[in-house]
Amino acid sequence: MATKPLAHPYRHPVNDPMIDPRTGEFAVIAPGHNYTSVTQKIANIVLTSHTPLGWFFGLIAAGGVASLVVIAVTWLVLRGVGIWGVTIPGAWGFAIINFVWWIGIGHAGTLISAILLLFKQGWRNSINRFAEAMTIFAVVCAGMYPVLHIGRPWLGYWLLPLPNTMNIWPQFRSPLCWDVFAVSTYATISVVFWYIGMVPDFGTLRDKASLPFAKWFYGLLSLGWRGSTRHWMRYETASLLLAGLSTPLVLSVHTVISFDFAVAALPGWHTTVFPPYFVAGAIYSGFAMVLTLAIPIRKFYHMEDLVTLRHLDNMAKVMLGTGLIVAYGYGLEVFMAWYSASHWEWFMMWNRMFGPMGWGYWLLILFNIALPLGTLWWRKLRIQVWYLFTISIVINIGMWFERFVIVVTSLYRDFLPSSWGTYRATKWDYMLYIGTMGLFTTLFLLFVRFAPMIPMSEIKMMLPQTKIDEVSAEDTVNEVA
Amino acid sequence: MPVEEGIYGLLAEFNTPQAMVHATEKARDAGFRRMECYTPYPVEEAATALDVHRNRVPLLTLLGGIMGLTTASLMQVWMSQISYNVNIAGRPLFSWPAFIIPAYEWTILFAGLSAAFSMLALNGLPQPYHPVFNAPNFRSGATDDKFFLCLEAIDPRFELEDTRLFLEQFHAVSVVEVDL
Repeated sequence: MATKPLAHPYRHPVNDPMIDPRTGEFAVIAPGHNYTSVTQKIANIVLTSHTPLGWFFGLIAAGGVASLVVIAVTWLVLRGVGIWGVTIPGAWGFAIINFVWWIGIGHAGTLISAILLLFKQGWRNSINRFAEAMTIFAVVCAGMYPVLHIGRPWLGYWLLPLPNTMNIWPQFRSPLCWDVFAVSTYATISVVFWYIGMVPDFGTLRDKASLPFAKWFYGLLSLGWRGSTRHWMRYETASLLLAGLSTPLVLSVHTVISFDFAVAALPGWHTTVFPPYFVAGAIYSGFAMVLTLAIPIRKFYHMEDLVTLRHLDNMAKVMLGTGLIVAYGYGLEVFMAWYSASHWEWFMMWNRMFGPMGWGYWLLILFNIALPLGTLWWRKLRIQVWYLFTISIVINIGMWFERFVIVVTSLYRDFLPSSWGTYRATKWDYMLYIGTMGLFTTLFLLFVRFAPMIPMSEIKMMLPQTKIDEVSAEDTVNEVA
Repeated sequence: MPVEEGIYGLLAEFNTPQAMVHATEKARDAGFRRMECYTPYPVEEAATALDVHRNRVPLLTLLGGIMGLTTASLMQVWMSQISYNVNIAGRPLFSWPAFIIPAYEWTILFAGLSAAFSMLALNGLPQPYHPVFNAPNFRSGATDDKFFLCLEAIDPRFELEDTRLFLEQFHAVSVVEVDL
C-alpha cells in the first residue's frame, strides 16, 4: 500500500524525531541531548550575562502590577477591612475566594513533584521544579489573605499556639485553626522540598559560574554539594520520603480547606462531597496554571526539547481526569440538594442557578465543564499549544468562579429572607487580587532568572546514556581499549 | 591548627558511568573500601558497587514523625483541657477527634523536616571545603558530565604508585592526586 503523506506532521512515527517509533508516543526529551548539553541549556539561562530584554519588560510590568498589593494592603491597614466588600451576610468575600483559588493552584506543584514521583512518571522531571516554585509563590499569595482578613494583621501570630499575655490558646476544634496548621505545614514542607531538590543544581551552577559573586552565591546555596554517591543515596531516600509525606499532605490541605465550608451548617457548604471535590478542583486549576506558565516559558527560552508535547499532552490528560471529578462534584451537589428533601438546600441550589447571581454559576459550568471537558478528549487539540494555553486560562477563570459561587451564593441568601443581602466587591478587593497576580508573576520571573528552572540532575537520569548493565559496562571498556 | 599535608587520595576521571562503575567494582574486588564515587546524578549501580544503599534517613524520619504526633497531641490536650479550658456549649474538653487534624499535620511537618535535615546532617552538609575540590578537573566535571572514582589514602591497601597503576588499567581519562 502506498504511503501517502499525512496532513498532521506529528502523526508520522517514522519521520518525526519527536515520536518514539516503538510506542508511537511523543518523546519525553528530544533526541540528541547529552549530559553537557543539558547542563549548558539549563545553566546558561541563569548564568548568562545577556539577560533577555523580554525578561526585563516582563519584570517591570509584573512588578508594576505587584505594587498594587502594596497600595491595597497599606490602605487596608490604615482603614480596616471595611474598605472591602465584605458585609453581613456576605462575610467571606474575595479574601476567602482568592485564598482558596491560590492555594488550589499550588496543589498541582506538589502533585507533580510528589505523587508523580511515587508513581514513577519520568516525564514529570522536566516540569517539577517550576511547578514547585509555582506552589510556593501561590502559597505566598494565598497566605496573605487570611492574615489580612482577620482585620488586625499585626496580631496574626495569635493564630499560632504561642504563649501570650492573655493566657489563651487557639481553638483546636475549629476548622479555621486546622487551616493554620495545614497551610503552614504545607508552605514549610514545600519550601524544604523545593530547596533540597535544587541543592545539586546549585552545585552545578557554582561550578559553571564565572562571576566571583555568582560562584560565591551559588556555592553558599549548594551547601558544598559534591555529588558523592553516599550523599546521593541519602538524598534519594530523603526525596522519596518527602514525596511520600507530601502526598498525604497535599490531599489533606485542600480537605482541611473544604472543612472550613463543610463543617458549617449552611446549605451549599454542608456537603460530604467537598473534600474530594475540592482536592480534584485544586489539581485541575493547578495544572491549568502550570500550562499557563509552561507554555510561554518553553517558547521564550526555547525549551521545546525538554518540555515537549508529551508533557503538554499528559498535563491536558490530568486536567481532563480531574475536571471530570469536578464535574461529578457539581452533579452531586445538585443531586444532593434534591435528594436531601430539605427546603433550604433546594432553595440554595435554585438561587445559585437562577437567582440574581446565577450568571456566575453558568459561567462556571461553561468555563470549567463545557469548554475544557468538551474538547480535551481530542488529542489533536491537546497538542495544539495555543489551544492549551487558551483553555488553561479558561479553566483558571472557571475555577475562580467555582469558589465565587461556593462562597457568595451560599452566604448571601440563607435561611431567613429578612437577613438576605448581596455581595459586591470594591475596587480594593480587585486591586489586591490583581496585585497578587503581579506578585506571583514577579516572584516567578525572579525564580526563572536566578534558579535552575528545570532540574538538571533529574533530566540527566532520563538520558539513554545512563543505562548500565553488565554487558554494556564490559562493552564500553572494551571499546575504549 | 596545623596545616595538614599529604594526599587525600587518587581521583580517576571517567567519561561514562559504565566505565566508572566497572572500575569501582574492580576496586572493591581488589579489597579497597575507603573510596567514593562522584557523579552528576545518582548512579544506583555505583551505590551497589560501594555497598552504600542502606542509610538512616528513614529511621530518623520515622522518629521525627512520632515526635510530631506526640508533640501536637500532647500540646492540644494540655492547652484545651489543662492550661485554659473553655466550656463551649458543654462539649467535652478532651475532644480528640478534632485534635487529629493538627496532629496529622505536625506528624508530616516534623517527619518532613527530619527527612531533609537528617539527610543534610548525615551527609555532613553544609561543608564548603572538601579535599576533592582541590583536584583541578573535579569542579569542571563532577556536577556536569564526568564521573569520578576516588580511592582514598587512608585505605590500608593504598600505595600511591601501585594504586595509580591499578586505576590506569581502567582507561580513565585522567588519574590525579588529590591534596589534602
